[in-house]
Order: sequence, then C-alpha cells, then structure tokens
Amino acid sequence: MTSEAIPVRPLQYLQAQMRWRWSEAAFWLATLLPFVLTPNYLVLASQIAITALFVLSLDLILGYAGIVSLGHAAYFGVGAYTAGLLSKWGFGEPLTGLLAAAIMAGLFGYLTSFIVVRFRHLALIMITLGIGLVLQEAANSASWITGGFDGLQGIHTWPILGKFRLDIYGYTAYGYSLAGLFVVFLVARRIIHSPFGLALRGIRENGLRMPAIGAPVHAHIRTIYTIAAIIAGIAGALLAETTETVSLEALGFQRSADELVMLILGGTGRLYGGLIGAAVYMVARDQFSGLNPQYWYFWIGLLLIAVVTLLPNGILGGLAHLARRMKVKS
Amino acid sequence: MSANALATHGLNKNFGSLVVASDIALVLPQGVRYALIGPNGAGKTTLINLMTGMLQPDGGRIVLGDDDITALPPEERVRLGLVRTFQINQLFPHLTALESVTLAVCERRKVARTWWRQLTAYGDEIDEAYDILAALSLAPVCHRLTRELAYGQQRLVEIALALAAKPKVLLLDEPAAGVPREESRELFAAIAGLSRDITVLFIEHDMDLVFRFASRVIVMVGGRVLVEGTPAEIAADPRVRAVYLGKARHEAAS
Amino acid sequence: MPSVFGVLFDGFAYGMLLFLMSVGLSVTLGMMNFVNLAHCSFAMLGGYVAITLMNAFGWPFLATLPVAFIAAAALSVVLERIFFRRFYNSSDLDQCLLTIGIVFVSIATAAYIYGTDQQPMQLPHYLRGSIAVMGLDLPVYRLFLIATALLITVVLVVTVETTRFGAQVRAAVNNQRMARGLGINVDGLFAATFALGSGLAGLGGALAIAMLGLDPQFALTYLIYVLIVVSVGGLGSISGSFAAAMLLGFSDMAGKYYVPSIGAFLIYLVMIVLLMWRPAGLFGRR
Repeated sequence: MTSEAIPVRPLQYLQAQMRWRWSEAAFWLATLLPFVLTPNYLVLASQIAITALFVLSLDLILGYAGIVSLGHAAYFGVGAYTAGLLSKWGFGEPLTGLLAAAIMAGLFGYLTSFIVVRFRHLALIMITLGIGLVLQEAANSASWITGGFDGLQGIHTWPILGKFRLDIYGYTAYGYSLAGLFVVFLVARRIIHSPFGLALRGIRENGLRMPAIGAPVHAHIRTIYTIAAIIAGIAGALLAETTETVSLEALGFQRSADELVMLILGGTGRLYGGLIGAAVYMVARDQFSGLNPQYWYFWIGLLLIAVVTLLPNGILGGLAHLARRMKVKS
Repeated sequence: MSANALATHGLNKNFGSLVVASDIALVLPQGVRYALIGPNGAGKTTLINLMTGMLQPDGGRIVLGDDDITALPPEERVRLGLVRTFQINQLFPHLTALESVTLAVCERRKVARTWWRQLTAYGDEIDEAYDILAALSLAPVCHRLTRELAYGQQRLVEIALALAAKPKVLLLDEPAAGVPREESRELFAAIAGLSRDITVLFIEHDMDLVFRFASRVIVMVGGRVLVEGTPAEIAADPRVRAVYLGKARHEAAS
Repeated sequence: MPSVFGVLFDGFAYGMLLFLMSVGLSVTLGMMNFVNLAHCSFAMLGGYVAITLMNAFGWPFLATLPVAFIAAAALSVVLERIFFRRFYNSSDLDQCLLTIGIVFVSIATAAYIYGTDQQPMQLPHYLRGSIAVMGLDLPVYRLFLIATALLITVVLVVTVETTRFGAQVRAAVNNQRMARGLGINVDGLFAATFALGSGLAGLGGALAIAMLGLDPQFALTYLIYVLIVVSVGGLGSISGSFAAAMLLGFSDMAGKYYVPSIGAFLIYLVMIVLLMWRPAGLFGRR
C-alpha cells in the first residue's frame, strides 16, 4: 500500500476494498462447472458444498474472532438431527427443515456461548472438546430418538420449492447445497464487512485493547458464536436432507478435527480459505479412498506438520504472499 | 455536580506479601494536568490498572465524577469517559490506522454490534476517525497497516484510539516512551493540543515533559503517594531528591 | 458385581497410570506453555518398545521398563531440538496442529509396523493372579503398578522439593522470565524436563499394556484423559496432576462398573463443571 497523500476520500477507499473482485466471480462461476464437466461426481460435489459451509462457520469463530474450538461439529449434528427428526416425524419440507435446524442449533450455540466466552487457551480447547464429546455420548445413549449407532431412519425429503425432487445422480442435491452455500456466504461476507466484522478482527488482533476502547468483548463473542452455530446447523440440515440419513459421526470429534484441518489448509480469516480447503481435502480424500484409512492419516499428519511449518497461512495465505512478492518485483 | 473528575479513596492492592498499592487517596479536579512520577516499581502503572478496572483492588473506592465505578468492568468505565493509553503499544497490527480508529469510534457510538449493514454506510464514523488522525498528522498514512508505521506514528495511533473514545479523564502511561527525538515533536504537540475539558494524568520519566505540560505533580514510591504539589515545589522537595538521587547513585554503582 | 473396594482399588491403579502419563505434560505446559498433544505418542512408544523387547527378543518384563523410559526420553529430546523449540512462541492453534500431525503420523506408523490389533502380552508368572491381603483378594499386577507408581511419585516429589534441579524447575514454572534473569539455563532445563516427562509417559505406556491394552489408537484414546487430568489438575502442578488423575481414575472405574450406559458422559460433564468452577485447574495459578 502506498502512503502518499490520498486523493481519494477514506469512504471511497474503503468502498473499493469491499467491492467484489473478479477472482470471486470466477470462483463462483467455477462452482457451476461440476454440472457440465464432472456430472458423475455431483454427489461428491454436494458433500463438498455442505462441508465448505460448515468450515466457513468455523472460520467465523476461529479465523475472525480467534476462538479455538474442537467441538464445533456439535452444532452441525444438532442441525442434522433436527432436520432429520422433523422429516421422520412426517414433515419433510426441506426449507422448513433448514429453518428448524437453524433455530435449534442457534439456541444451543447461544446457551453454550455463555460458557465458551469465559475461557482461553487450554481451558477453552478442553471445554469445547468436552461439549462436543458430551453431546456425542448423549446422542449415542438416547438411541430411542437418534437411532444411536445405526443412525436415523425414515427421512424422506419433499421436493424443494415443490418442484425439485432429489435424484440419484445428485443434480438436485448439488444445486440445493450450492444454493444454500452461496446464500449463507453472502450473509457471512456482509458480516465481515460490517462494523461488527471490524470488531471481530479487533478481538483477534488484540483482545487486551478492545475493552480499553469500550468494546463489550463477551457480548461480541457470544453473537458470532451463535451465528456460527446457526450456519453449522444449516449445513447439518443440508446433509440430512440431501443424503436422507443422519448418523452419530455428524457430531463426532472426527468431523470437528477434519474441519479444523480443512480450514488450516485453506487459510484462516480469508472467508474463501475454508471453501478452498474443504474442496482440496475432500477431492484428495475421494481420490485416495482406496487407501487404508491408517495411511490416509499418515499423509494428513505430514500435511499438517508441513502446513504449520512451511505455509502457516494456508493455501490462500501462500498465494497472497506470492502475489505480494510479484507486485514488489514489478 | 462534582468538581472532581476522578477520585480514589483508600485504594489497596497486594499480591501475597508484595504490596503494590497502599491506601492511595487521590483527587483530580476537572481540567487539571497531572504528572505521576516515581522510580520503577513504584506502582504507577498498577495504579492506572486499578483505576481502569484491569486490576481488582483489595480495598477502596474509585469515583468518576459523581459515579462510583469500583464495581464496573473496564469497558463500562471507558463508556463513562475514563480512558487510558498503554506504555507498550497495544494496537491492532493488521488493521490500518483508519480501521483501528474507526473501530474505536464505532464502539463508542454503540454501532459496532450491527452485523447486517456495511461499514461503508457509516460515513460519519469514518469521517470522525479520519479527522482524529488528521489532527495528529497521520492522514497521509491512514491506509497503512499499523504494523508498517514508524514507532512514533504508532505511538500517535495509540493516542488516537484513546481520543476516539471521547475521554473526560485521560490516563497516559509514558506517552513518549521509546519515541526517538526526531519523532516526538508531533507527540508533544498532540499532548499540548488536548482540549482543556479533558483531565489528564500522565506517567512520565522525562522531566522536560513534566515541566512543560503538568500543572501538578504526584510522586509515588513503593506503592504509596509520597507527596503532591506544583512542579517547582516537587523539584525543590528534599524527599523527592533523596528518592531520585539515591536511585541515581544506585544505578551509577551497578 | 465387584465390591466397592475392588472398584476403588482398580480406580487407584488406573489413576496412578494416568498420573505417570500426565505429569510430564502438566509440568512442560506450565513451564513453556507449549501445547504438546503428541505426549501420549511417547506413552505409546514406550508400550511398543516394551512389547517388542518381550515378544521378539524374549526380554523379561521388568527389564523392558527402563528401556521404555529411555527410548521415549531420547526421542522426545530429538523432536524437541528439531521441531518443538521453533514453536514456543507460536499460537496455541499452531502448536495443537503441529503436535496433532505428529500424533497422526505416529498412529499410522504403529499400525504399519504392528498392525491394528491389540498386542498380546504375557505377564511374568510372579505378577499374575491375586494374593490375599487382610481377607481381600488383590490382583498382583495392580499392586505392583501402584507400588511402582508410588515409588516414582515419591522420587519425583523429593527431586522437585529438595534438589537444585527441582528448585530451578519450580522457578521456571512460576516465572520463566524471572528465572532466566536469575541466570537459570531455562532452555536446557526445559529440554531436560521435557525428556523426563516424556520418559515417564513412556514408562506409563509400558506399564499400561497389561491393564489397558495397546493398539495404535492408544495415542489418541488416552490423550483425551491426559488432557482432562492436566487441565483439571492445573498446569505445572504435580500435586494437581496427582489429585486430578486419582479423581478421574476413580470416577471412570466407578462409572464403568455402576452406570455403564452413561459412564463416558459423566467424565466429560465432571470435567466441564470443574473447569467452569476453576478455569486454571484445581491447583493452577492465575
């Protein structure tokens, strides 16, 4: 950034910062490619879109507010089971399912936010881990409602908007998931560019300074935590509706851990990092799915070590760094 | 309406057997410029931490204007007008100077919690932030990341953040610390330019600044207030000399 | 249904094992604030070293214990020098991710070399069965475990309280900057403490085989318990780790025997409640 007298008024400068970039437009256009290029992989694409949405919600609390959570899948699971149960009990209208999931996950997120906000460092990691594990065990025990180990049976999703029926090739599933991802992404983008988004970045940059400028830090964190829980819940509901199953792994530790890896891979605090990371991770996992799961985790382990050591800001961070270097040279 | 901007009554704090504040009773009338001096470890920063709520006292009261703020959390005290700066810069490294000050303005105006409207809809707040930075000669660099600014400029941003909160009482913790002579001109101008409505208490080791800006001086030693008076009185006080001279002798020996 | 005393006894033995596996992590976390989630990988290493020596080379069980300790300590020194010291000032998240990566690699390596099944193990004849003590039937191995662990605990406490090394460790845990200022070689101290802690974990892992079993998932399964002990007990506190390990050992055993349906549930709830009451741990500072 150059420093000399700015001929542009500060407002205009900030507006320019927040404008949609061509790279963003290209990204979203590219998400339409699977329909045309890889129609055999639409089911996978749908899974990627759902996971990307889930990872986006984690980015909001981790990348922007700095909360390290090892139990974020709890809200994903609450959303999934809510939508699944609603359908199982006879009302399979998908958009209503999303709404119900958002409310339940949001409620649970709001209540737990009061606990989460009081901790930092190891205690915070343990509390979030504990909440996730407690929920997992509870879901396992309450198998009369959750189906336990076998999962929820009898979910039947009604046609979306009354017209689009789920098909076995995944056209509807991917269209639905992608639409969900895009709409929620627009909301997330708006949050990031709002005064609240600025406050979140302030918390992440210097949590000590925030109260000294009069910021109610706890209230801010509770808000973003609830919002992130709502988004995770919507992602979970999308999974339940498009696959018509829900199992315990939806709120398991494995899912929380995988999501963390995906976010780190893509790069935190850049909104698109989670999306990129999810895409790369899940495509790779699909390609290597023939591999023994043990060996998969060997390479993931090496990848984690490599990313933390060599590419601390993930893929997007590395690209940004490269772009800066190239700009300096020219 | 109290004529006193800030008052403490019997403020105590100790960490185990280490007493960092002992029965501090201070009264700061409105509009006066106070300097707080004393050797290292006298408890000056601790006092500011107690006043702002970052540290909980073991006993005593703090009154801001007419309000007893002893039980209030730090952010509430800021809202009532008690603002501080830090001895070591506490800034937002990856935010630009403009973004940092805009944030402070938004928090003051209680609009920082709106997540559904774009920041660019808050032109008034952005303009106010820009004006604060311009008054401190930081307008040309307002779009630079804070971490890329020179140390003197960062120190000015530290003050800008405090001013954005529209303080009634401003506590400056060694505002000139670490600033090289070439860059301190704007800093001194900024402090001199502070409105007469603001009551200022600043911790300083630089006696130049103390004599230029303070109308009264408080001397702290070992967690206690030793003496209070005009700069001239303090300079002539034998007890103060003993504290500093003794210290100088100690430093020369080691 | 086993007697109350039987459950208590088992809980005590389990608690002692957890203590051995956790104390190292608690002290190094308290001293350097380095979140080492790979700590249980050292425990696992100790277990596999002991098993290999016994099954492949026919060593007697007792002889494998010191080797387990040394192997874990040695590897930890290597990792600390090459990797960990570069991340002492990194964020919590980075440290978590780095060490989780090492955990994954260790699990996969163990699976590759040893397969995913539980390792078979034969206790020497003098450690099998039970003996009658004051009218109660006590399993010999549990007794051995408790005795060994207690002995180590006593040595540990004596070392920390009376030797110069111990005093330096306490100083560094209490205030690292001050300790450095006093001329204590904090970096060397940390390497030594890290090695000691990891060695103890390795020993714990070897001792755990006969009671908890050993498979490649060990590094992750028991990590959660170790983390609970460390966070509930308080960072940098040996007595805290001891108390928390006992608490966890008893609760887990009691839960498994008396209310198996919600056993695991209970542990996590207790942890959350305890952390909410005392965020820095039972014996933690701040």
